[in-house]
Amino acid sequence: MTRCPPAVPQSAGGPDLDEESAAWLRALRGERREAAVARLRARLLGVARGEVNRRAGMLPFGGSELDDIAEQAASDALVAVLAKVDGFRGESRFTTWASKFAILEVSSKIGRHFWQRDGVRLDPDAWDRLPARFGLGPESGVEWRQTILALRRAVDEVLSDRQRRIFEAIVLNEVPLDVLVVELDSNRNAIYKALFDARRKLRAELAANGYMGPEPRTR
Amino acid sequence: MSDPNALERFLATDPVDPGCAKALEMLDAYVDTLLAGGDPEKRFPDVAAHLRDCGPCSEDFEGLVAAVRRGREAAG
Repeated sequence: MTRCPPAVPQSAGGPDLDEESAAWLRALRGERREAAVARLRARLLGVARGEVNRRAGMLPFGGSELDDIAEQAASDALVAVLAKVDGFRGESRFTTWASKFAILEVSSKIGRHFWQRDGVRLDPDAWDRLPARFGLGPESGVEWRQTILALRRAVDEVLSDRQRRIFEAIVLNEVPLDVLVVELDSNRNAIYKALFDARRKLRAELAANGYMGPEPRTR
Repeated sequence: MSDPNALERFLATDPVDPGCAKALEMLDAYVDTLLAGGDPEKRFPDVAAHLRDCGPCSEDFEGLVAAVRRGREAAG
C-alpha cells in the first residue's frame, strides 16, 4: 500500500511553515526519506565546512584536522536534527534551524580539539598580565593598582571554589570557554552561568568598597 | 590602548541575559529575523543581551549568519 506524506506538514505548535521548510519536513517524513536525509547531510557538511573555513584564521591548526572536524560535525548535527525534527517549531526556516546544529557542533569540536592538543595550562603569573589586558597601567592614574589588588582579594574571598577556578582559567589565562567545558566535563551554559555569577559578585564587592560604581539595573 | 573602564564593563552583567542554552535555542529565529530585515534586538532583547557578553555564542551567531547567507546565495 502506498502511503502518502501529509499534504501540510505541521510544526510542533509553532507558526505556519514557509514552503521550503514544509517541503523539507514532508521529505524527511515521506517515502523518499533516505534521499532527503542524504540531501540534509550534504547541506550540513557544506555548512560545517564553511564554518571551519571561516574560523580557520583564528585557529592554530588546519588542513585535514579541519576537514575531520567538519565531517564529524556534520554527522553529529544530522543525528541531532533527525532526533529533534518533530520538535521543530517553525520559528525560523528549517534550513536555518538545521544549520544551527552544524555550527554548534563545529564550535564544540574545535573546543575539544584544542583541549586534546594543548590541554588547559594555568600560569601562576597570570595576574601580572591582567592590568594590561584591561587597558590599565600607569597612564590610567594612581588608583588602578588598588583596583587590581581589590579584585584579586575579592576573587579569593567572595567566589566559590568553582567560580574561582573558572574565573582564573577564562579571565586570567584566556582559556577558551569551550575548551574549559571539555576540561571540566561540563557544558557551555553552566560555565557561562558560573562566570556570570562570578562577575556579578566581583562587581558588587568592588562597588561596595568604592572601587566601582554600582551595577546599573539594565545595560 | 588605555581604557580604564574596560574592567568595569567586563564585570557588569545584564539581568535579562538568559544564558547560553536559552539564547542558542532562539538563535535561528534571531538570525532569520535579522536577515529578513527585521530588528532581532527588539524582538529578542534577552538574546541580544547574551550575544553582547558571550564570546562563543556570538561567534556561533556570526557563523550562522554567514552560513545562511551562503546557502541563499547558492540557491540563487
